Amino acid sequence: MAKARAIVITGNGTNCEVEAAHACRLGGFDETVIAHISDLLSGDIRLDDFHFINLTGGFLDGDDLGSAKAQANRLRYAKVDDLAEHLIDQLTRFIAAGKLILGVCNGFQLMVKMGLLPALDGAYLKQTATLTFNDCGRFQDRWVYLKVDSTSPSVYTKGVEKGLYLPMRHGEGKFVVDAPATLAAIEEKHLAVFKYSDAAYNAPTMEFPLNPNGSVNAIAALCNETGRLMGMMPHPEAFVHRTQHPRWTREELPEEGDGLVLFKNAAEYVKMNLL
Amino acid sequence: MARRIEIALREGVRDARGERIKREIEHFLHLPVDAVRTIDVYTVDAKLSEDELVKAASEPFCDPVIQVWSIDRPLAAGFDFLVEVGYRPGVTDNVGRTGREAIEYITGRPLEAGEGVYTSVQYLLKGGLSRTDVERIARDLLGNALIQRFVVLDVTEFAAQGGVPAYIPKVQGETKAQVRDIDLEVSDQELMRISKEGVLALTLEEMKIIQAHYRDPKVQEGRRSQGLGAKPTDVELECLAQTWSEHCKHKIFAGTVHYEDEQGNRQEIKSLFKSFIQRTTKDVREKLGDNDFCLSVFKDNAGVIRFNDDWSLVFKVETHNSPSALDPYGGALTGIVGVNRDPFGTGKGSKLIFNTDVFCFADPFYDKPLPTRLLHPRRIFEGVVEGVEHGGNKSGIPTVNGSLVFDERFAGKPLVFCGTAGIMPATLNGEPAHEKSIKPGDLIVMTGGRIGKDGIHGATFSSEELNENSPVTAVQIGDPITQKRMFDFLIRARDKGLYRFITDNGAGGLSSSIGEMSGECGGCRMDLAKAPLKYPGLDPWEILISEAQERMSLAVPPEKIDEFLAMAKRFNVEATVLGEFTDSGYFHILYGDRTVAWLPMEFMHEGLPPMQLPAKWTPPSHEEPTVVAKGDYTADLKALLGSLNICSKESVVRRYDHEVQGGSVVKPFTGVANDGPSDAAVVRPILDSFEGVVVAHGICPRYSDIDTYHMTANAIDEALRNYVAVGGSLDLVAGLDNFCWCDPVTSEKTPDGEYKMAQLVRANQALYDVCLAYNIPLISGKDSMKNDFYDGATKISIPPTILFSVIGKIEDARRSVTMDVKRPGDIVYLLGRTGNELGGSEYLALQGAIGNSVPTVNPEKALKRYQALHQAITDGLVASCHDLSDGGLAVALAEKAFAGGYGISADLGQVLWKGDDAARTDTALLFSESASRHLVTVRPENRDDFESIMAGNCFACIGEVTGEGTVTVTGLSGATVVKAGIDELKEAWQSPLREL
Repeated sequence: MAKARAIVITGNGTNCEVEAAHACRLGGFDETVIAHISDLLSGDIRLDDFHFINLTGGFLDGDDLGSAKAQANRLRYAKVDDLAEHLIDQLTRFIAAGKLILGVCNGFQLMVKMGLLPALDGAYLKQTATLTFNDCGRFQDRWVYLKVDSTSPSVYTKGVEKGLYLPMRHGEGKFVVDAPATLAAIEEKHLAVFKYSDAAYNAPTMEFPLNPNGSVNAIAALCNETGRLMGMMPHPEAFVHRTQHPRWTREELPEEGDGLVLFKNAAEYVKMNLL
Repeated sequence: MARRIEIALREGVRDARGERIKREIEHFLHLPVDAVRTIDVYTVDAKLSEDELVKAASEPFCDPVIQVWSIDRPLAAGFDFLVEVGYRPGVTDNVGRTGREAIEYITGRPLEAGEGVYTSVQYLLKGGLSRTDVERIARDLLGNALIQRFVVLDVTEFAAQGGVPAYIPKVQGETKAQVRDIDLEVSDQELMRISKEGVLALTLEEMKIIQAHYRDPKVQEGRRSQGLGAKPTDVELECLAQTWSEHCKHKIFAGTVHYEDEQGNRQEIKSLFKSFIQRTTKDVREKLGDNDFCLSVFKDNAGVIRFNDDWSLVFKVETHNSPSALDPYGGALTGIVGVNRDPFGTGKGSKLIFNTDVFCFADPFYDKPLPTRLLHPRRIFEGVVEGVEHGGNKSGIPTVNGSLVFDERFAGKPLVFCGTAGIMPATLNGEPAHEKSIKPGDLIVMTGGRIGKDGIHGATFSSEELNENSPVTAVQIGDPITQKRMFDFLIRARDKGLYRFITDNGAGGLSSSIGEMSGECGGCRMDLAKAPLKYPGLDPWEILISEAQERMSLAVPPEKIDEFLAMAKRFNVEATVLGEFTDSGYFHILYGDRTVAWLPMEFMHEGLPPMQLPAKWTPPSHEEPTVVAKGDYTADLKALLGSLNICSKESVVRRYDHEVQGGSVVKPFTGVANDGPSDAAVVRPILDSFEGVVVAHGICPRYSDIDTYHMTANAIDEALRNYVAVGGSLDLVAGLDNFCWCDPVTSEKTPDGEYKMAQLVRANQALYDVCLAYNIPLISGKDSMKNDFYDGATKISIPPTILFSVIGKIEDARRSVTMDVKRPGDIVYLLGRTGNELGGSEYLALQGAIGNSVPTVNPEKALKRYQALHQAITDGLVASCHDLSDGGLAVALAEKAFAGGYGISADLGQVLWKGDDAARTDTALLFSESASRHLVTVRPENRDDFESIMAGNCFACIGEVTGEGTVTVTGLSGATVVKAGIDELKEAWQSPLREL
């Protein structure tokens, strides 16, 4: 029987590869590979052999040119050894094949800066939004409430009732767009999958620290129109078991953490549609 | 020709960086400023086509949604003054390095030798500022003149010049490979001049030992065979200075101490290290017998203990004080990425699982004059916090535990402790992973960063007090990404068995790492001309001792070298063969074909006789303050909660990623609003297991003013009681000692050396006594012995400080306990007795007093109680547990209550007392810092089980958790002595450092 295969791309400053791979396994992927970027550039590992790409959190190239900028440049220009193609060709082929990409934190920054999100009307590789410095001017590690848009096309959020409680850990997470029309299209098409909200998931908020970075319209996560590509600043892979919750010693919580559902839905989608 | 690419924010885009600078100018420099905007500048000194340059500017350098770019056209507008801050030549420019790589991806070719990309930042200031104001802003806030250069222009000058001219901070130099012979056949005075002017930090006695060595006819004959003269080369002298530096050799801890106690009893101690530290571990291991869990102690870069059958834990804590005093950001960043290399370079290498940080600063709000060379404590605070933030976060290692300690004397030198733990498989390719060896014939390989002039004389300069002339080159800036790339590669090379031995390049650079490695097999032959350099112009001695960062040294078997180098290339990591290890008995250094150093291994490592150190203990006597009894202590409690050593450090801690790697179980903050202070951290390093690692620490320098014996005993106890509070097991817990002392060697500059040395002896005595009683083996540690400032007029010595860290295990992390009260109706127990021990307390410090009755530790009793508490925690009987430390019972009650969101009512009449009943007062009961106490809450239905487990120990039920959100304490007279809402208590605790 065919296997659901996930890949976690690492190297040059990614930091969350181990827990992301762990979440993929718990979520139901039959096989999860942590691949160093050098394995991809050498041609030893090819994206075509996988169904789900995880672009994880970290500080790609130290975020030296702005978060994930150097990696976006690398992916655009780097050639794969022994193959007559650039890595970007493998990536666009992957998207065209209807496969899944989840970018978290630095991975979300990468997707936005490469133009993989929101990619309105399928215009991939055209950047129309960005993630920039938090309004508070500082890196922050704190937990946030994320109200879900249950009408979004995201394939990852099936079964999420009101929202998720997850940690955010970033200095450049303020979502902004190039023009009002982009924001209008994001809202109209329900691409803003999660928004920072109050603890009851009642309404999006611009209030610090509930909204830790000042993102426009409190946007914390974004998907494309197919729902198969999604990026988010908070870390779903960091809450897959109750002991990761900051108040697990005082609250009655289910064994499973809020973030796991995204990986379960990804695995299920792959099994239903791609195998 | 150099080209300037400028990147500015689009109009209307918020400039968070500029806003922060504006706030800091107002807050710290009290200067009025209307607005600050920033512009990033890339100075590209490379042959690029116009098209390539446009691509670089518009793609990787510019974010088109929020930024605009220009080439050779200034973007600055709408300002009164402009300050551009860039690096001085040779200073690590991480953004420049990344920019260079980005260009190389675009062009598909590497930049040529000598080409480069350099970054700077423009600050556009608007407001009624004078040039003097702006120069002050540049100097005191925007940059550090040691490593950075400034251009200040007003709007007229800017227009006249047509912007800021391109400047290339390139190191100009040509390779001369000069080796000088140093004549040591000179007067004593001249010998000392050579040592002092060369920043060798060698004493006259040491210089004379070297002089004698070179006089030896046998030595001279050997040298002739290598084509060397009778005089030492600069390479040799520098190498000996590094190897023999206090920093590398720990001469004070290895010396012979002549100790006299207060009764006149004399004792000769041959090596404090062997007599106390090593002996502690040896005796504890004997006591543990079959349950000994130590695997590798003292001999490697970090200590190694058993975690379970499959995994071992590695831990090390370092200090980086002197560099942080000169360049707080770079010094601290280098501190954290530097200590990362210790566990990574232990055994065959370990994966890093968490960092810990403890900083000791002077008051950031300090407003008195400071000696010129000292930076303001607030700058040190800001820079250190940011350096460690970048180092830890970018390396993907969670910062799980730490603290901030304040004392005015840390203005003389801040203490920056950085710790890192790792985990390694118990065995690798069939061999124990914590062991390694070198065979003659193995190749010397250096990986990672290139060598520059950065960090030259770091080891020797930190072996002296900080002074006017402390060398600029001792400052380095770490590069976490280069290091991370190297680690990604090396961990894979480790698993494939591609090397036999690994160690880090820290203090002393190659002279130290290869010197020590050569000790493993008996010699080496290394060619410095093969070493990759950042820029030309380094002399051989500089290459040998440079402390340029992000480098590891390895021994690679010749049959594995091709595979090793090929893998390095694939991972984009530089790796260079520099020579080979031998069994010649000589540290043999060449530059090309020419021998530049020929040092017998024995002389290098064993040539130094022990120092002779007098020590005399005269207990200090402080004025005994009159403690006034009050009817209401609520105001005192609030003042304590707001004191720097007790107040919330959340604004700092939130800047550190404490959850990356996904194993976080007990976080730095806990409770109903995620803002109560945890006692210790618990992490799960293996995500599909519930076995946890527990880490905690203790530090209490204030007690040194009374007696360092008790300072040390309390630090150890504080570490262990924090560890026990969250659920750490007493069967598997190891300790690390970090000594930070003021110079204890009697000299003109240090007339009170005998007293300071006696303080050191007493600290060591406590270390042995208390660790042995607690069964804590010491597995690693570090000493930093010259934490003084002296400019000829002012001398500032830090209080002798021990940071004691513990690492251990909790069998099931799901049994961990946090400090916050959980529900109304729970019973509050105080474990341990309280005595009249206000000496050195925060309470007395509030009144500007020290006192004399320092808390004492009774480790036998405490251990028995800790074991019972651990049993109760393991049985799930403990709802919350918090240790009592700074501020005593009153502070612990308040913290527990506001963290949990409920009130507590407590009765001081129920608190168990030790000592004279006459001294039993509300003040002592509330604020005494008696050791070994915990405040625990238990559900009523667990009362009997809890009390039966605790039976036979000192503990008392002192109150209960209440629903109304008020902390109420009844005094001995039956009247209420503290009453305050938890919200106001929390506010008092959170407000002081909220804005930093």
